[in-house]
Amino acid sequence: MASKTDHLEREHEVHDGKEDWSGGKEPMNVSYGKLMMWYFLLSDAFTFAGLLIAYGALRFSSPSWPSPDFVFSTYPFGKEGSHLPLIFVTIMSFVLIISSVTMVRAVQEGKRENKNGVVFWLLMTVLGGASFLGCQAWEWTNLIVKENMSVTTNPFSVHNAGGVYLNADGSEAKKEDGSPDKFESGDGYLIHRATILKDGDPRGQASHEAGGHGDEAGGHHHEVFVYESQLPLDEAGQYIDERGYIHKKFKVTEGDNAGKVMTEEFGPKAFGALFFFITGFHGFHVFSGVAFLLIIAINAASGLYVARKNGYEMVEKIGLYWHFVDLVWVFVFLVFYLL
Amino acid sequence: MHLSYEESKKHVVKGLILLAVITLIEVFLSLIGKGDLLSGLSAAAPKVTLLVTGLLIIVLSIYKAYYIIGDFMHMKYEVRGLAMSVLLPTLLLVWAIIAFLQEGGSWGARREWVREKDKAPAEQTAKPKQQGMLPGSEDGWYRMF
Repeated sequence: MASKTDHLEREHEVHDGKEDWSGGKEPMNVSYGKLMMWYFLLSDAFTFAGLLIAYGALRFSSPSWPSPDFVFSTYPFGKEGSHLPLIFVTIMSFVLIISSVTMVRAVQEGKRENKNGVVFWLLMTVLGGASFLGCQAWEWTNLIVKENMSVTTNPFSVHNAGGVYLNADGSEAKKEDGSPDKFESGDGYLIHRATILKDGDPRGQASHEAGGHGDEAGGHHHEVFVYESQLPLDEAGQYIDERGYIHKKFKVTEGDNAGKVMTEEFGPKAFGALFFFITGFHGFHVFSGVAFLLIIAINAASGLYVARKNGYEMVEKIGLYWHFVDLVWVFVFLVFYLL
Repeated sequence: MHLSYEESKKHVVKGLILLAVITLIEVFLSLIGKGDLLSGLSAAAPKVTLLVTGLLIIVLSIYKAYYIIGDFMHMKYEVRGLAMSVLLPTLLLVWAIIAFLQEGGSWGARREWVREKDKAPAEQTAKPKQQGMLPGSEDGWYRMF
């Protein structure tokens, strides 16, 4: 009996976990800093998930949604009116993937305590991150300045029935090659914006003599000038609203409304707000990542991590963050550009 | 990681090629779904093409996420407790995605219903007798609140 108690006591002593609290032992076999980075990333994942789920819910609630292959078809140095669906954003994704890979290389060099290797690969990663931000800056500028998308106005939408556009005199429009300027159900459209002039500006006269009515023959957009005092301007072929957005008119040729003349409407309002907020929030993560990568590259170059007990662990931590930014992009790319 | 330095360098290049190829396939599938490539498929069965390509793209994206977390972030090589404490909470998101997409669909249906009702001609109904608690109340007790 006594020996049994003795045995139990000893057993208890061995498993009371006292040694777990005496220091020097890391829970889950990972350093405090890396563990906390993981939990920060978990919480950040929830923030992004909240935003992306809001996007999903609003998209599901809208009767139509702008098609990404139509909205994201522009690219830098392209001619006016040239379209390559999704190509530019695919390049952006490649840039981010490559920068993720250079980050892995920096971590590997850190494990070997190779200072120059760490600094070189960190700088490569900075370059990748900065290139991505540059691409995003171009994309945003194009959407805001050229295509007039804003947080509250979404000029991109989709036709829900086939039809044909109308001329300024109300007749059916023809393209440059003489074929009818028609569209099918599911085709996307972009509502362009006229340049609003003060009364008396001579540029407006020229535009009207040339019959400039915002027609988009062959996909080319001619600049339209209107006088402030004319707005809103309701013509047979188009309606120019108070802010100068040119809503083209068309005759529906199929479905319930066949034969009716209708006007292009703005797309679902939430599109712009969600796009700018979510890609902006991701871009801000990339920006902070670039800043931290630079700081850590400078620290590494100065030999700070040679002196540290845990060596180049800082590189591993920023690595986790950087891969997470790439991971979030996988899902932003999925919902905004692919689906 | 139990790989040698040279091996792990090769492993990284493999990861790069894998992710790049998957991304290319995704873009290709997306363009098929929208009818930009192989437009015959989309013209023949637009909804089915969109659904099938969409599902494939989602599966590929999840695989990309798995690869980034497992290999690049070294989650494969961490102890099970750490992996579970980070990955299990994200299961809540599965519930949130299902719930909120369902909710979004229901907003859409309601919006559609309101639009239908708006189009319908107004019915001429006889005014009900005054029953409310407030003078002038025509449609029930709740007007008093």
